[in-house]
This record gives sequence, C-alpha cells and structure tokens, in this order.
Amino acid sequence: MSGATGTITAPSPASAWRSGGPALELRALHKRFGKTDIICGVDLSVATGERVAIIGPNGAGKSTLFNLISGRFEPSSGDVLLHGQRINGKKPYEINRLGLSRSFQITNIFPKLSVFENLRCGVLWSLGYGYTFLKFLVDLDDANARAQQLMAMIDLSHKRDVLAINLTYAEQRALEVGITIGSGASVILLDEPTAGMSRSETARFIDLIKQVTEGKTLLTVEHDMGVVFGLADKIAVLVYGELIAFDTPDAVRGDARVQEAYLGTAVAESPALAVAKRPSQEA
Amino acid sequence: MSRLSARVGSPWVWSLFALVMLVAPQLFTSGLSVTMLSQMGIAIIACLSYNMLLGQGGMLSFGHAVYTGLGGFVAIHSLNSYGGGALPVSLVPLVGGFAGMGFAVLFGYVTTRKSGTTFAMITLGLAELVFAMSLMIPEFFGGEGGVSGNRVMGRPVLGVTFGPATQVYYLIAAYTLASVLLMYAFTQTPLGRMLNAVRDNPERVEFIGYNPQRVRYTAFIIAGFFAGIAGGLGALTFEIVTAEVVGAARSGAYLLFTFLGGATFFFGPILGAVLMVLAFVLLSEITKAWLLYLGLLFLLMVMFAPGGLASLIMMNLQMARWRKLGRLLPAYAALLGAGSVVLVVAFALIEMVYHRQLGSSAGPMLLFLGLQLDTSSTRSWLGAFGLLIAAGLVFRPVLRRFLVQWGAAQHEIEQALLSKGGLP
Repeated sequence: MSGATGTITAPSPASAWRSGGPALELRALHKRFGKTDIICGVDLSVATGERVAIIGPNGAGKSTLFNLISGRFEPSSGDVLLHGQRINGKKPYEINRLGLSRSFQITNIFPKLSVFENLRCGVLWSLGYGYTFLKFLVDLDDANARAQQLMAMIDLSHKRDVLAINLTYAEQRALEVGITIGSGASVILLDEPTAGMSRSETARFIDLIKQVTEGKTLLTVEHDMGVVFGLADKIAVLVYGELIAFDTPDAVRGDARVQEAYLGTAVAESPALAVAKRPSQEA
Repeated sequence: MSRLSARVGSPWVWSLFALVMLVAPQLFTSGLSVTMLSQMGIAIIACLSYNMLLGQGGMLSFGHAVYTGLGGFVAIHSLNSYGGGALPVSLVPLVGGFAGMGFAVLFGYVTTRKSGTTFAMITLGLAELVFAMSLMIPEFFGGEGGVSGNRVMGRPVLGVTFGPATQVYYLIAAYTLASVLLMYAFTQTPLGRMLNAVRDNPERVEFIGYNPQRVRYTAFIIAGFFAGIAGGLGALTFEIVTAEVVGAARSGAYLLFTFLGGATFFFGPILGAVLMVLAFVLLSEITKAWLLYLGLLFLLMVMFAPGGLASLIMMNLQMARWRKLGRLLPAYAALLGAGSVVLVVAFALIEMVYHRQLGSSAGPMLLFLGLQLDTSSTRSWLGAFGLLIAAGLVFRPVLRRFLVQWGAAQHEIEQALLSKGGLP
C-alpha cells in the first residue's frame, strides 16, 4: 500500500461480488443449544455500506447471532450469505478471508505482544503472507506501513512497543477494533464495542468507529441508545431470538411492538427512550 | 536498529557466541570438558527447539525426547549403513534432523490439533507409546544394549576423521551456531510471530484469517527438525543410542531446563542447556541428592521467578540501565548472606538424610563442607533443624525488605516510562 489515505483499502477477496446485492444475508437462521432455541428463524438483509445496530434485552441472542455469522458456532438450520455466498459451516478463518471481520464483547487481543505486533498480526493474512517463514517481518514494507497507519488511526502510536496487557481498558478496546479492521474486511461486526467505557470515552470511541468503518458494512451490538441512534442507519431489534423489527431509527422508535417488547410499556418515562430522542431533536 | 539486526539480531552477539564456542576447548582441554562442551552444544539445540513449542507457541510438550531420540536412532542407523560412503559423517546430523521432522509430521498431526492441557496429555501418551515400542522393536531400537556405531568411517576429508573428540566438538559447534541462528531468524518471520499470537490467544487468531492448528503444526515440524539434529549429533558424540533417549526422563529434562533457563526470552534455553549439562555431569558427581536439588530449584523458580534465569538477568539489567542497582546493593548483599545461610543449612540437612538412608555402611559421620556431622546423634539433628528455623526467621524480613525496595525501584522505572511513553 502506497498512499497514506485515511481509510484502509485492502485487496479484499470480496471485490468480485455482484454490486448492489446485500453484503450480508441471514435466511431462516436457527440456533439450538440442547433443547433451548436461542435464535428462532431470523431473516435479515444488510445492504452494502449500511450501518446496522442490533439491540435487544439481555439474553436476546445478539452475541449468538454474531457467533453464527462469524463462524464461531454453526447454525442448526438456515443460511448465512456473505456477498451472496453461503458461509455457514465454514471455519472462522475461512469466513475472515472472505472479507468479514469481527470484534468481541470481552476484550480479545494478544496480551503479550506489543501494540504494533498485535496490529501487524491482524494485517498479515490479507496481504498474502500466510504461513511463510522464509521472509523477515521487518522486510514486509506493506504490512509494517499498514500496521503503523492503523496505530495512528486508533491513536496508539505513542504506545507502539507497549505490551497489550499493559494498556488501559479503553486502549485495549481501541486495539481490538484496530485488529478487527486490519484485514481491510468489507463487513465488520463489532460486539458491544463501548461496553464498560465511561460516557466521554464512549463518545470519542464512537467517532473513531465511524471514522475507521467509513465505506464499510457495519453490524454492531450496542446497549447505549444514544450511540445506537447516533451511529446506525438501521436498527434490528432482537427479542428472545426473534427479529421483531428492522428499520430506520425513527421507524423503530415508533414501532408499537418494539415499544412493548423492548422499551417496555411505560414509554414516556423510559430513560432509554429519553436518550434515544436526543439525536432526532438535534436533527 | 539496522535491518540486518532486525532480521537476525546483532552481528556482535553472534560473533561473540561463535568466538566463545571456538576458544572454549582451548581453555578447557581435559577430555571431560570437551565432552561436556559437546553435550552443551547438543543441549542448546534441543532446548531451543523445545522452546519453540513451550515459550513461543505455548505448547507444553511432555514428549520432546521422542523427536531428538528417534532422530538419534535414524542417524546412527544411517551412519552404520551409509556412513563414510554415500553419506559423509558430517551430514549424519542432518539425517537425524529430517528424521525428527518426519516423525513430527506424523505425530504432530495428532498432537497439535489441540492446545493447552489436551496437547500436553497427548504428547505424554505418545512419549510413553514410543518408549514402549522401543522395547518391542529391538531391530530398530537395539533392545537393552541400544544401537552402537563408529563415526570414523570412510576416508578423512581435509584430514578430519572425527576420531578425536575435539573434531566432533567443532562439528557440533558449527551445527549449534547454524541452528541457533536459524531458530532465532524464525522468531522474526510471519509464522514465528503468528506462533506467538497462537500462544497468547488461539481463538482470536482464527478471526484474523489464520488456522491456529496449522500454525502449531508447522512450528511443531520445524521444532522436530532441530530436535532431530540434536539427536543426530548425540549419536555421533556417543557412538551409541539407547532407548533411554526417547524416554520420559529425557523429555522431562528438556522441559525442566528450558523453564529454568527461561522460556520467555530467546536466549533463556541456552542458559538452561548449559545448566543441564553441568547438573547431569558435575552435580551428580558431587552429591547423591542432585535430583532433589534440581527439583527444589525448579519448584522455587516456578513459584518465584516463572520467567527463569533469563528474566532474572533481564530484570537486573533493566535496573542497572536505569542506575537503580547501586542503591539496591545493601539489600542485595543482606539477601544473599541470609539466603546462603538458609541454603547451606538446608543442604546439610538433606545430605544428612541421604547419608543415613544410603551411605550408612560408611559409618555415621558425614563430611560436609569440611565439617564432620554425626548423623547418629540427636544433637546434630536438633542443631541443624534449629539453625534452619533461625536462619529462616532472619531470611523472611530480609527478603521482604528487598522486595519492597525492588518494587519501589521498579515502580519508579514504570512511572518514568509512562511519562516518556516509550523506551529509555
């Protein structure tokens, strides 16, 4: 990569997908653990470049949904399509190579590697270095430049050689996002990226996410309603494994079923909704 | 940092390493010391290859001797069949290397599918399996007597017959230098770094495009290659390979000394390997209780310095670099003083126990550091126990004071690092 532009563009294997089609599609997706249905027939179609927030009460199956999409779990039935290609049953690394990358709710980084090494590990595969042991890392100019650039984007350049385990919590969350976007995947899944952050950290972090996912298809699980309404083009509401609404923020807020199932009946007093109203008032 | 040293480290360090190996047999000329130096070279390769699994890949193998040992057997068979003819004696270790690699391809396919406890268990089972086989297949393993060979085969090349131990030593030194260099270079490659990532967090690796099983498997095969080279060199040195080289005790020794040397730094296992030969050859001569001492050392290391000797050295170097070692010196001196009293008394007690159990035919008197200790008198036992308790009581506050001072100095360094936001 030569130009130091703001966004990361990678030789994505997904560039061959038919344009205009959905980036990600779920068809009648089911997941059962033992006798319990966690995901009960979810249909969802996310257009290329769309930002979708998945909301729902605790235990609704949001993280399970991410695990099904990213290959951590295999669906009990139904299909997951990435750029029109069926990916259920594939391994996480195969799905990642097809251009889908995810972050985790509980920070999931390489604790005993430095910030720079963490990021470089994230870019190696997409640049085609694979399992080679016949090249020196220091000679991989493109990988080093990209890791450097990622480091600047997540604002950790001053901590280049600090071990990830020694970073602050917010910095580790940023690093997690940096590793996730490193491969230049076109579809990004962020599982509660701001979980455990203070309000001011969250605000800054959301700006960062917006910036680094520019032009990409984004799915995020989020609890902070302010964040949801500020970030997402569309909101998917998941309740007990079922998708009860998938629409623009305004439409979802007006949806009676959502109000009843998710926000509770006492809509007017709901603090969640009070926060949720803020962005629209500003608009 | 130049690109060369970013690839393979400082040329100065490598030159020094080569120089040490070059002049060592000139300084230590006795037959025993040349044999020991040869064994050190072999152990360095074996422990470094083991650390590729343990320190770099997080794979706790209980069966690394399978790869050194089988490499040794194949090497000695190849020496007996083709040595001096189609196969120059100097290339026999390479045959061992390829054999170790082949067995790693075969067995590693099973073991590296899993990590953590499962991996450890499978390697343990496999090691037992191979050892059991060694008694069942005497055609290959030579039964109780092992397989012997003769390294002086064929016409000498440039006057080198490999008859004298020194010539074998220099062959080992050359293999050691090349192997250490290659294994260090490996740590600076994409696969080497992904191996660290797999060690830290195999699950995350799956989500950045890599199959952690394949990373482990490939590294395992490479480690098997270097292990086999060590085995082949061992076969040339001793001219005999017996079943014990694939045994659990040998695998345990690789684990123990790699850990003692320090698995978190590349050079740690080199220290461990030197220690291993010193312990096996010298310590075992000095005392019958040498295995107990090793066990105690291992225990203390696991509990108090899990980074091994290498990390202790690096921690002290860091203190020195920040000019904080000087003010720690009084506490250090007190610690060493009190510590050595505890150790000496503990050693005396251990020796007394061993003497009573094993050496009673020589009478009740034990000569320990020039002192006559009477193992039959209650007084000396009570005295020794009393001394141990007293020394322990003195040692505890001394240790605590040292740790407090050390912690304070460490904290200052961390604060300084934080404010600078980087390295000194």
